[in-house]
Amino acid sequence: MNRLAEQLAANDMSEFGLHNNNDSAAIAGPSFQLAAGSNPAAFAHHFIDAKSEKDSLIKIAHGTTTLAFKFKDGVIVATDSRATAGNVIASQTVKKVIEINPYLLGTMAGGAADCSFWERVLGMECRLYELRNKKRISVAAASKMLANLVYRYKGMGLSMGTMVAGWDEKGPGLYYVDSEGQRIANDLFSVGSGSTYAYGILDSHYRYDMEVEEALDVARRAIYHATHRDAYSGGIVRMYWVRETGWEAFPLEDVGQLYYRYHPEIQLTNSAESPLTVAPLA
Amino acid sequence: MDAQFAISGRDFVISVTDKGLRNSILKMKMDQDKTCQLSSHTFMSVSGEPGDTSNFSEYIQGNVKLYSVRNAQDLSPSETANFIRGELADALRSRSPSQVNLLVAGYDKGTNEAALYWIDYLSAMAKVPFAAHGYCGYFLYAVMDREYTADITLDGAKALIKKCFEVLKTRFIIDYSDYTIKVVDKSGTRVLSQDEL
Repeated sequence: MNRLAEQLAANDMSEFGLHNNNDSAAIAGPSFQLAAGSNPAAFAHHFIDAKSEKDSLIKIAHGTTTLAFKFKDGVIVATDSRATAGNVIASQTVKKVIEINPYLLGTMAGGAADCSFWERVLGMECRLYELRNKKRISVAAASKMLANLVYRYKGMGLSMGTMVAGWDEKGPGLYYVDSEGQRIANDLFSVGSGSTYAYGILDSHYRYDMEVEEALDVARRAIYHATHRDAYSGGIVRMYWVRETGWEAFPLEDVGQLYYRYHPEIQLTNSAESPLTVAPLA
Repeated sequence: MDAQFAISGRDFVISVTDKGLRNSILKMKMDQDKTCQLSSHTFMSVSGEPGDTSNFSEYIQGNVKLYSVRNAQDLSPSETANFIRGELADALRSRSPSQVNLLVAGYDKGTNEAALYWIDYLSAMAKVPFAAHGYCGYFLYAVMDREYTADITLDGAKALIKKCFEVLKTRFIIDYSDYTIKVVDKSGTRVLSQDEL
């Protein structure tokens, strides 16, 4: 045995960056080679928002506009689709509406992973509820499940501001649930960095007894105006209508194109001097 | 920033909370009831950390109800308040403290007396004739100290509350548009509208 140990110990492993200690009879064993210039503190510093999170939690991108409201024919859910990482737009096509099941929707604001993971867990729990109780889960119960779930992690750095929308026996249901542990029911919510702009449009045009077309238009405009003013919102408008038979998705609309649709008096020209001119009123 | 205060006479307690749920610079909901009914003759108003408020209220509500069911008898306001304080104190130095401020109001059917208890998030408790939690205390204690007497009537308390609203409206930066006003007395708990004051 000793001879074997000596043979192994005598092997020159230096070509792999491993160095043996030949003094002792025991096998020194391989050692890890770390990446050159690694400095974990500096690496993490890039992702830690030290000013706002004194516990140095990972910096979460909150840039988003999501909204949802109840009206007489159901619930409309609308979001933008931009994800930002610092000053860079990481994606313009993010799905911020999470399809929990065919009649329940959740929205994403805050940490993308937190929202999508926990809402997927919620979907699993809702399915288990259905199997155990032979009936669909109510929106109140589903949102309470999610609220209780995240409450256990309160203070540990989850970042989630989500709305749970659905249709159950009581009719349209809408709850706001966040990672602070808050859970509130209301007819109208908007969450995210662009929410204040969306509220401006929603508060002036929302009525409970709107028809579907008008409701969709209000939602579309609210997201559009939020993306127009908020740098961290943009991309496309995703809209869903939750009705008695479940949710249905609507065609996607680019907010850049919505700009020209809502301002027909502004037209692009090819002129070098003024690429954007306002056409004279007819 | 919640408005939360209460005044008790010999045989009634009247409690006031605002109805707003605010999140940073946004008003998320303006018709929230911040009181929690514990039994027919006891309730508490709750403010503090979002999440902790609803969880702690539901926990206490469940346990008080359980006692009533098991013993076919309600807990008295004093017993309720001491139970609540004990639970808050146990939680305080545990892994999950609850940051909630409470005013427990009740009518004791045994002694025919009303009782008001002030409990803060560190589970300090005091039986008081009137009390407030939060910033509104800075404005209201002076008014209540001046106007309160031990034999104040319900109408007197209602007038005092109107004065409190005036002070808040004149001097406090937050404009509270609506309040939940609850009275508990011999006949149980009822809600008053601002017009009924």
